[in-house]
Amino acid sequence: MNKTLYMLILVFVMALVTYIIRVLPFVLFKSKIKSNFIRSVLYYVPYTVLMAMTFPAIFFVTGNVITSTVGTVVAILSSLSKKSMMVVSAVLSVLAVLATYGILQLA
Amino acid sequence: MTFKKGLKDGTPIMLAYFAVSLAFGVSAVALGVPNYVALIMSMTNLTSAGQQAGVIIVASLGSVLEIILTQLIINSRYFLMSLSLSQRLDKKFTLADRFLCAFGITDEIFAVAVSQKERVTKGYIIGLILLPFIGWSSGTLIGALIGDFMPEFIVNALQIAIYAMFIGIVLPDCVKNYKIIPVVLISVSLSAVMYFVPVFAPLKNVACVLCAIVASVIGAIIFPIPKEEGEQNE
Repeated sequence: MNKTLYMLILVFVMALVTYIIRVLPFVLFKSKIKSNFIRSVLYYVPYTVLMAMTFPAIFFVTGNVITSTVGTVVAILSSLSKKSMMVVSAVLSVLAVLATYGILQLA
Repeated sequence: MTFKKGLKDGTPIMLAYFAVSLAFGVSAVALGVPNYVALIMSMTNLTSAGQQAGVIIVASLGSVLEIILTQLIINSRYFLMSLSLSQRLDKKFTLADRFLCAFGITDEIFAVAVSQKERVTKGYIIGLILLPFIGWSSGTLIGALIGDFMPEFIVNALQIAIYAMFIGIVLPDCVKNYKIIPVVLISVSLSAVMYFVPVFAPLKNVACVLCAIVASVIGAIIFPIPKEEGEQNE
């Protein structure tokens, strides 16, 4: 099978699975999940999944531990500031990485 | 609750999505995915975390089973968000409206929709989703097109953008609810073990998700969320 065609099939499967996850509760008018245990697990899942994906991978993502760490610290600090905006965090982290890279080159 | 207000509220999300999807587009083509495939992926999925994990499997021509498992678990949170949001919809919402609007349930769009004081209308939701969708798609396309021409150090620097966005989603909530912090630390510790201990290598793609589930179960046991009659905002 053609490589690109197979990729498109995978992409389609991805989209289908994701859409089903989103649409099922939206259209089934299900009453709230009763078990507090399950609700608690589902409450923590977004945070645990995102952070498991982010750490420790983020320390190596730019190929250089030093620039990655600087970018990570900037991301954390800018997220904690009162007027944090997602786009600002993302942009500042990238700039921090570039700046650190530049400094390392000069050193 | 108008379409126009939806557009206005969606604008900051669009900006964040544009920046992050630009980085996504660049890394997708760097992995060997054709630029139009990356665009189709973004237009049909509209997930940052799911696509981040999924693009690696797509690029390496992984199995359909791998894709299904990882997407199911990484995106499982949308199930809860969808359930939560479905209870706050305006009465005029038809079944067809629900099928349409469900597509746009993302972390950020959910957060904004669910924080509205009144029940959300179809016009508002569509307005809210529209600009982020355009931002996410166009960012991916541009990133995919310029990716080949970008110097490597810029490509590398952009990789951090999506992780910075994830941190931007989690940390503010940690400040509001300290109990999330230990649960996240458990998840991260498990993830680190998976990352550095070679014996777990075959599980790499589902590793993050397994860590998250274990940590979430532990969190549910030691720090259950308060039992409530009404709706629980995340």
